[in-house]
Amino acid sequence: MTTVTSPSVELSSYRDQHFKGSRAEQERLLRESTTLYVGNLSFHTTEEQIYELFSKCGDIKRIIMGLDKYKKTPCGFCFMEYYTRADAENCMRYVNGTRLDDRIIRTDWDAGFVEGRQYGRGKTGGQVRDEYRTDFDGGRGGYGKLVAQKVGAPEMGFIVQ
Amino acid sequence: MSRRRAHDNDDGYDRAYRKRRRVSENQEIEDRLESLILRVGEKSTASIESNLEGLASVLEADLSTFRAKVLRILTDCAIKMPEKCTIYTTLVGLLNTKNYNFGGEFVEHMVRTLKESLKACNWDASRYALRFLADLVNCHVISANSLIQLLDNMLDAAKEDGVPNVRKGWYVFAVLSCLPWVGRELYEKKEQALEMLLMNIDVYLNKRPKKHVPALRVWAVDEPHPQEEYLDCLWAQIMKLKQDNWAEKHIPRPYLAFDSILCEALQHNLPTVLPPPHHDSYEYPMPWVVFRMFDYTDCPETPVLPGAHSIERFLIEEHLHQIVETYHWERKDCAAHLLNFTHKLKIPLEYCIVEILFAELFNVPAPRYLEIFYGSTLIELCKLQPSTLPQVLAQATEILFMRIESMNVTCFDRFVNWFAYHLSNFQFRWSWEDWDCCIERDPEHPQPKFIREVLLKCLRLSYHQRITDMVPPSFQKFIPPEPVPKYKYHANEDTIYLPGVQVATQLMKAIREKCTPEEAAALLAELPNPLQDEDGDARLNPLKIDVFVQTLLFLASKSFSHAFAAISKFHIVFKALAESEEAQICILRSLFELWRNHQQMLCVLIDKMLKLQIVECSAVANWIFSKEMSSEFTKLYLWEILHLTIKKMSKHVSRLGRELGETRERLTRVESDDSEEESDGGTGTSKRKEDKPTEEIVERMEEKLEVAQADQKNLFLIIFQRFIMILSEHLVRCDTDGIDFNTYWYKWTIGRLQQVFLTHHEQVQRYSNTLETLLFTQDLDPHILDVFHQFISLRA
Repeated sequence: MTTVTSPSVELSSYRDQHFKGSRAEQERLLRESTTLYVGNLSFHTTEEQIYELFSKCGDIKRIIMGLDKYKKTPCGFCFMEYYTRADAENCMRYVNGTRLDDRIIRTDWDAGFVEGRQYGRGKTGGQVRDEYRTDFDGGRGGYGKLVAQKVGAPEMGFIVQ
Repeated sequence: MSRRRAHDNDDGYDRAYRKRRRVSENQEIEDRLESLILRVGEKSTASIESNLEGLASVLEADLSTFRAKVLRILTDCAIKMPEKCTIYTTLVGLLNTKNYNFGGEFVEHMVRTLKESLKACNWDASRYALRFLADLVNCHVISANSLIQLLDNMLDAAKEDGVPNVRKGWYVFAVLSCLPWVGRELYEKKEQALEMLLMNIDVYLNKRPKKHVPALRVWAVDEPHPQEEYLDCLWAQIMKLKQDNWAEKHIPRPYLAFDSILCEALQHNLPTVLPPPHHDSYEYPMPWVVFRMFDYTDCPETPVLPGAHSIERFLIEEHLHQIVETYHWERKDCAAHLLNFTHKLKIPLEYCIVEILFAELFNVPAPRYLEIFYGSTLIELCKLQPSTLPQVLAQATEILFMRIESMNVTCFDRFVNWFAYHLSNFQFRWSWEDWDCCIERDPEHPQPKFIREVLLKCLRLSYHQRITDMVPPSFQKFIPPEPVPKYKYHANEDTIYLPGVQVATQLMKAIREKCTPEEAAALLAELPNPLQDEDGDARLNPLKIDVFVQTLLFLASKSFSHAFAAISKFHIVFKALAESEEAQICILRSLFELWRNHQQMLCVLIDKMLKLQIVECSAVANWIFSKEMSSEFTKLYLWEILHLTIKKMSKHVSRLGRELGETRERLTRVESDDSEEESDGGTGTSKRKEDKPTEEIVERMEEKLEVAQADQKNLFLIIFQRFIMILSEHLVRCDTDGIDFNTYWYKWTIGRLQQVFLTHHEQVQRYSNTLETLLFTQDLDPHILDVFHQFISLRA
């Protein structure tokens, strides 16, 4: 009656362009999924830190760290799999938009981990967003790749304290 | 051209279309009515009284067509929006003046709702329904006489024999919590009957056992705020209200403006309602102790915080808890609604909000919602009110820290978890120096322990250098060690003669070169067995276990994923080594020696080993209580491990029980289908036959469940027995040596015992008879026995 909508748990507008299947299929999977995408992590955020925060919503089935395709080092995202949908929903409600390792992290529904999806899809090996961004982000390699190249600056340039 | 009348052109389609249009018009009107009713009382340019008057007129016109719908909506509003109780009772009152029959029907409907809610154990709904009926007396819809009768009948539950105290307590609570609404009216119209009612309650409150109260308190002492059991607190608040001649000024009462109209109405009498008799399957709400951390001296001078025994405090707290209940799925909405509380100008709102949120977080045995809900909502509140809320929260933290010595262990853990989480969202900034009083204290004192445990939790959410940087130099001793592994088989000049070093080195090389588990096992076979000469289990080779566990997990020490992968890959080697409980304890010991400085890793790896059934729950329990772990005994992580172990067992038992129930259901369903089939001549599909579970399958599942329950009982027996042994030993020793037994160690340990009872009370409940017969016997030291009795009395 006091119909409490739950916008926190709704699907975002993101759809994986590389998803093998129809839009409808992807959306069906998203609505039933127990897997979350976690973004805006620092490159230095460890699996242990992620575990500690996310286990507050329920038992974690597994964490798959997002890796740079070439360097095979963490590139700022991960997949979080819970055993139940309810636990994943609680994560969307109470972890999304809070801080981990001093950064506001974002969680979103994911259709399910498939081998290969743990790699960044950016041209230089990291995430696409790190190719084009123009700001300086000390936790994510400094300037975006394109900007860094243009400026001729080493990516992780002068870390302004 | 024939002259056809207009309706001759009607075919069925047109008529259906018109009918559908009528139906959908009706639907539109219904929806509009619903919306009007739901929204009445919300922010509006007009006064609530004129809105109600208007709405009553609109509804009166539609009562003939939409009677049933309106009845349903109004009843729903009464139950689901208890904070708007008086708004809806006024509406019903107005409708009653216009349409006596409708008034009667509504009362019947509401009474039916009350009866159904009681039978279905919907306790909140029942209480709100009862309160709504009580408030209808104020609107002249129900006679005071018949309400008194109803309340008396409800109180009869308190006089029943052989029923749980929690049942009696709830009925008394339900009646008492109506009185703020209707006390004045009853005092004016039926003073004597009201007196009788109160006297009956008083008798019950004095007579009842209160063994359970100490277990539910957050703080063991009553300084500076008494921690009162919820009924005692409400009773004191009602008594004070009575002293004030039932003059209650907090609740908004729109019906007062309509008094002249309403008192012209004819009242209805309630049908008889009796508490449904107790049934063993009924579960009543747990009692609680009212959590108080602030009084008016903690808050700014105005607005004044209502006193602990003022009825306002009760009403405000109840309302705030209701907001939390309604909006707990959306933390931003929850924060916004809390800050938008109707009476926010009359009270120090931030203090009230912080107090009720901590009350829920610290609720014994468990908070209503996830701990992280409270943490993240407090953060939202800080965001919405950045100039005031963070300070109040800091003040609250300070108060909690100052009083932490008498805080119960379960709440201590939650306070640690919350504070570390909160700091992690605010760059770990805190004025640690304010707490330097704890530097010189006994390290087992709750204050320094709190600091140490908070830093350990902060470490899990960050990294070691960060922790070192965030505390002042005076706090260096609280900094946890670096979470690195301690591998003992490094080949160097110190370890030349250490047994196992050579095999360890070979094993490490082999694993690095991606050997198979069989190859690894073959290498281990070369190790001598230090237990060879003893009569003990010759299969148990502690050296083999130690070399294998340490070497493999040291190699896989980079991250959790590495360790998990290693354990999975070499699972069969683990299983072969872990043949007995003793062997499993050896594995745990080796694990501990390697990772003792990384508590989180220990928790996670033990969890994994339980899941992969490398170690049994009973082995973990015995290991925790073993002599080797006594130095760790009062550390939080060890209990984290114990509780995750117990939970795993409980989940396992629950799952088997659930599956058995589902299969049994399928069996009986299919059987009845089959019998129908036979009488039909067997027209069933083959698909149904495939799904059909057999009696055999059900029997096997029953056996599995029995085994699991036996394991669970055994686990609890082990744990409680070890607690009893260790505590008794301590008490006897102190007695012999003539020293006070109430040391910090004792307080932590007895607290941990209580924590097991409370955290897992639903499961432990099942075995309380066995526990009473075998372990918690009369000859036990009363201090230990007391904890057991408190637990039993929780649901007695």
